[in-house]
Amino acid sequence: MLFEVFIRPRRGLSHAHVGSLHAPDAEMALRNARDVYTRRQEGVSIWVVPATEITASSPDEKDAFFAPAADKVYRHPTFYDVPEGAAHI
Amino acid sequence: MYGNDFAPLLEQVDSAERDLQQAAGRDVAAGADLQGYFDTIVAADQKIEPRDWMPEAYRKTLIRQIAQHAHSEIIGMQPEGNWISRAPSLKRKAILLAKVQDEAGHGLYLYAAAETLGISRDELVEMLIDGRQKYSSIFNYPTLTWADVGAIGWLVDGAAIVNQVPLCRCSYGPYARAMIRVCKEESFHQRQGFEILHTLSHGTPEQKAMAQDAVDRWWYPSLAMFGPPDGDSTHSERSMAWKIKRFTNDELRQRFVDMCVQQAGILDLRIPDPDLRWDEARGQHDYTQPDYDELMRVIKGDGPCNQERMEHRRRAHSDGAWVRAAARTYAEKRAKNAV
Repeated sequence: MLFEVFIRPRRGLSHAHVGSLHAPDAEMALRNARDVYTRRQEGVSIWVVPATEITASSPDEKDAFFAPAADKVYRHPTFYDVPEGAAHI
Repeated sequence: MYGNDFAPLLEQVDSAERDLQQAAGRDVAAGADLQGYFDTIVAADQKIEPRDWMPEAYRKTLIRQIAQHAHSEIIGMQPEGNWISRAPSLKRKAILLAKVQDEAGHGLYLYAAAETLGISRDELVEMLIDGRQKYSSIFNYPTLTWADVGAIGWLVDGAAIVNQVPLCRCSYGPYARAMIRVCKEESFHQRQGFEILHTLSHGTPEQKAMAQDAVDRWWYPSLAMFGPPDGDSTHSERSMAWKIKRFTNDELRQRFVDMCVQQAGILDLRIPDPDLRWDEARGQHDYTQPDYDELMRVIKGDGPCNQERMEHRRRAHSDGAWVRAAARTYAEKRAKNAV
């Protein structure tokens, strides 16, 4: 079974994808991930997820898929005029 | 183009990693059609990712190259593994064990990268075992003495690093990311080899002679690791256009020679090339080319250890069959009981 491996490098950071590996079950996948991806203390926490359990957006439709965010500049703080002298905003 | 060619290895890897992140942030006006989109991404030094459209030949080239690279890491465990039980001290043994374990890890990162291109691990293992895919010819040479472990670290890993650092900038994302990990770990490999040779060459006359003998035997095979001369290299041009490859075989070989000359001086060991000399006009060293006919013979299977390496790999794979079966059966049984 193919597992995708995610590692939290240090406390306070998010888990990030580092690669994949094969294992018969999740427990072995965790042990293998420790040996393959954290030989130099690269992490304090590991997630393994069966690759088949991941649903991914398709790169072919990415323009349409992400388009709704493109015309909403008012979601960014830089959209707004802040009057001279206003503090803490 | 990438700054100082002789910048310390880790700086070069870090700068490849920084550029990767920077390029990812750039907006590109991508072409509307698939090929146009692919070309634009590559031209902008961004990365092609697994589910992106890519030319079929690009996919095939990458599978072939990454698989060969992964197989080399796995077969490469053998020549050095040969000395784990005979390392001269507990310290050297622990280091060598860690290094050989790293090679296994590098093989796994690379197999994982190859699998993102739609080929399975089982197929890759199969193709190594039945000889349809190759591994680096360098691992078909024997490790006769302890000094060979030093020479492999200094020369073979050194040549591998010169080859691999530019791959950290490869256009295929998973390969570039795997190479960044590999290169960061390889620098310890090269240094441990250099330290072994330095210790031997500053030891007894016998130890020094042993170090020199190892360098004499590994020098030309290491030069051959960069592949045939540019004129005879079949895949180079297209791979350069796709930014899989960033420099030609001869450019990388020259860079390696120039690096080694200075380091050999510190080791107080001689590079076995009577025609090696600095060319003021070129600003590079002139050197004797390796025997490319020998390289071709070894690639085709007629090197000193081809048969031994393949037999060992096949035996290790079949000897491990019961372990894989047991782990699978145990996982199935636990899954069933859990229901």
